[in-house]
Amino acid sequence: MRPEVREALIAKLTALADDEVILAHRNSEWTGHGPILEEDIALANIVQDELGHATLWYGLRQALDGSDPDRLAFFRDAYEYRNCELVELPKGDWAFTMLRQFLFDLYETLWLEAAQHSTYQPLAEAVQKIMREERFHLQHTYAWVERLGLGTEESNRRLQQALDMQWGYAQQLFVPIPGEELLVAEGIVPDLAPIKARWLELATRHLQNSGLKLPINPGYQPTSRAGHTEHLWSILAEMQSTARWDAEAKVW
Amino acid sequence: MPVKYGVPSDPDYTERLAEFEARIKRGEKIEPGDWMPEEYRRQLIRMISQHAHSEVVGMLPEGAWITRAPTLKRKMILVAKVQDEAGHGQYLYHAAETLGVSREAMLDALLSGKAKYSSIFNYPTLTWADIGTIGWLVDGAAIKNQTMLAACSYGPYSRAMVRICAEETFHHKQGKEMVLLYAKGTPKQRQMAQDAINRWWWPALMMMGPHDKDSPNTEVLVRWGIKTKTNDQVRQEFINEHAPEILEAGLTLPDPDLRYDEQTGNWLHGPINWDEFWQVVGGNGPMNKERLEARRRAHAEGAWVREALEAYAAKQQKTAVAV
Repeated sequence: MRPEVREALIAKLTALADDEVILAHRNSEWTGHGPILEEDIALANIVQDELGHATLWYGLRQALDGSDPDRLAFFRDAYEYRNCELVELPKGDWAFTMLRQFLFDLYETLWLEAAQHSTYQPLAEAVQKIMREERFHLQHTYAWVERLGLGTEESNRRLQQALDMQWGYAQQLFVPIPGEELLVAEGIVPDLAPIKARWLELATRHLQNSGLKLPINPGYQPTSRAGHTEHLWSILAEMQSTARWDAEAKVW
Repeated sequence: MPVKYGVPSDPDYTERLAEFEARIKRGEKIEPGDWMPEEYRRQLIRMISQHAHSEVVGMLPEGAWITRAPTLKRKMILVAKVQDEAGHGQYLYHAAETLGVSREAMLDALLSGKAKYSSIFNYPTLTWADIGTIGWLVDGAAIKNQTMLAACSYGPYSRAMVRICAEETFHHKQGKEMVLLYAKGTPKQRQMAQDAINRWWWPALMMMGPHDKDSPNTEVLVRWGIKTKTNDQVRQEFINEHAPEILEAGLTLPDPDLRYDEQTGNWLHGPINWDEFWQVVGGNGPMNKERLEARRRAHAEGAWVREALEAYAAKQQKTAVAV
């Protein structure tokens, strides 16, 4: 692999993993506080899967540059994280969390389907492992969007509010990272443009069928993964507090 | 199926009670729908629902550390553990439902403060080492109790316990592994582990409940095979297993009177502070108000979600009928 391709791949894997870590963090804030016991269980499953995906992506990076996944997750600062801003937004109410999860799961499922044929074998293998879980997540959140959208006036209003807030942020999922075009040219990762078109089509259809309106003005659309919301510092301060508490500790 | 719950004023009560007690004596399981004394049913509902509530409230002190777990693997293990607790709550609510009480009624009793849950969850989790210590001591104490309950006379409770014990055993191992790791870790890790043991040891001993002489329910519970051992017996088993292991790890226990008794082979403990126990049971533990408030808040904030689900289901049904 040419050094510039390798470097771009490392950056892409980091972005993929960081999205999962931060989203899992937000979702895990629901543990013990869900609206129904059964949903606590279901969301905890999703969290475990996301952490598993993060571990796989960091693991692929480790194979390339030897970096330790836990060092990456627990010892990088906010300006070094490469997650999208959507996943940082506070968990909000159940509508906010379910909508974000739906928008993200739909993106991830489509991305994984396209990435199955990656010319980079370790990535193609990781995709196979993740894809089955991700389809289950999508089924789950797809159903929630429909239930809340078509449930009561209040649930529809809350979901619409979440959509108005998140729609612009969600577009960042389709902004390539610097150097991604090299990876696309080598067939290592799929081109985001057709995935975005398909995502827009499917998301729009499902949201509209669920009684929602796409915002006329999508609002802020982040473009760089070097940028973050005001929340990331606090997320990391909390997430890394134990790992960084004892500088001498080698194992946890 | 008309469920029969006998009361002493029934004409055939004495006869049926004798038959019921004979079944228990033969080691048969009592199943939903079988004749049973109303008092047996009442005691079981009390115990099983308390147990279910304990699982659900027990998610809070540990769940709070998911976002602060120090490695990805520990985080995953902790999410899985807290998820198991939710699952245990679910089986236990189902087991109680077989006695003709609804989950809603049980939840109402919890949220109104009428129903109890294990007092251990009214203590705060102050450091990450508490997560290991809860797994080792609190789950360890719970397993002793639950292993006994797996042999209990009520079929659905007994079967739920078998399943739960298997998972708890896993949590217990994970907790022990963590504390042992930190006990031989850096000075700060060791200190954190010791501090956690100091705080959780006595509350763990209190988990088995008051001494036998002060436990009003024990006699009838033992006779009907709901409990097969007394509180003090279970407590002794717990200490005999855990005290030597903790000492062997180079940690100390906060009981100056603790000693091994050659004659009985038991580890004898000093006096338990029952005043503290009754304070916590009575609602004045460090976290009683916060725990209940967290449950109430989750329930209240979830109300619109549950309403939406019902409304959606009703609309679907209507559409199905119209088609």
